[in-house]
Amino acid sequence: MTDVTPLWEVFIRPRNGLAHKHVGSLHAADEVLALDAARDVYTRREEGTSIWIMRSDAIVASDPAHADETFDPAGDKIYRHPTFYKIPDEVGHM
Amino acid sequence: MYSQGLIGADGSTNETEEFLAAFQARIDAEEKIEPNDPMPAGYRRTLVRQIGQHAHSEIVGMLPEGNWNTRAPSLKRKAALLAKVQDEGGHGLYLYSAAETLGVSREQMTEELISGKAKYSSIFNYPTLNWADMGAVGWLVDGAAIMNQIALCRCSYGPYARAMIRVCAEESFHQRQGYEIMLTMCNGTKAQKDMAQDALNRLWWPALMMFGPHDGDSAHSEQSMKWKIKRFSNDALRNKFINATVPQAEFLGLTIPDPDLNWDDTLNNGAGGYVHGPIDWDEFWRVVNGDGVMNRERLAARKRAHDDGAWVREAALAHAEKRAARMAAE
Repeated sequence: MTDVTPLWEVFIRPRNGLAHKHVGSLHAADEVLALDAARDVYTRREEGTSIWIMRSDAIVASDPAHADETFDPAGDKIYRHPTFYKIPDEVGHM
Repeated sequence: MYSQGLIGADGSTNETEEFLAAFQARIDAEEKIEPNDPMPAGYRRTLVRQIGQHAHSEIVGMLPEGNWNTRAPSLKRKAALLAKVQDEGGHGLYLYSAAETLGVSREQMTEELISGKAKYSSIFNYPTLNWADMGAVGWLVDGAAIMNQIALCRCSYGPYARAMIRVCAEESFHQRQGYEIMLTMCNGTKAQKDMAQDALNRLWWPALMMFGPHDGDSAHSEQSMKWKIKRFSNDALRNKFINATVPQAEFLGLTIPDPDLNWDDTLNNGAGGYVHGPIDWDEFWRVVNGDGVMNRERLAARKRAHDDGAWVREAALAHAEKRAARMAAE
């Protein structure tokens, strides 16, 4: 048995219609206690209507040191944005 | 608490000049630094120290007020005090999490608090003697904390800044409930108003000390300002606090216990400001270094809580392991 209490990430849906958003993390022995703790730590003022929790060590993240290479290919594709196309004013809003 | 968080911080760092310049350029461009980003070892170490000590301050800060939970004068005051103490616990947890993103473990931070290696704000080593202190703590101590923490909302380290935004949103109730207690006592009997004045007399100077040493004596401030861990100097924040608080004391009909306090028209680009009398820095360092009235009791209380809770942590882990094994077997 490990004596280190695992770390969990907490996501809260502020209200129906909005996505769950990361709010922070906490330590708990298992998912049942993690949900209870998330309620106590992150929703003392009606911050949400739904909580997701997941083990922090289950997250796979992109490497910030490679952010330039990872995201650069999208940088020169300005034709993916609506403002790239010239529409005469007379046509009106499109 | 908070400007004292840098006490004991070691900002020394030995990266290449090129690395440090690239990092400084990101800071100067107001980019937030996130957990896995490259950062100088000194930046990481300074933040671990400061955020950890800030977290410890929140946790130890539960003790002086928790002391009065069972003796609040009405159900309304009791509910507010319980909520406030629970908030402080929550703020400690947000901050521990923020520090953990830098690679320090919760167990290590707890160990450093209990062994006395890490500090917490000097203010919590003063006793809370009577109910008026609950008013003065909320008004002055939370007021000073908010002054510091609003500045930290713009800290260059993302997780710390985000935790501060949450904390500030929750803490404004703390200061207001404290001021309301003071107001009620000042509108009460002569004896009640005297108690309020006595609480102000005892807590005024310790509250000013929360902002840490004068700028000229603040060993780690310069590098922290450059890295935008800290955005305003200790003296600037202390003066801002005094300017905001003196009129609030006047409204209560209370006297600030500083005979040298006077208004100077020329300060703050002609807007004016208060100049305060000398702060007893010998007392400050005595308390920081462990010799305040309550230092030993605070640490003993934290150690007792941690030791008494050991079986709960063990049982929770054992139960989690048993459940996981059962689910795997199904």
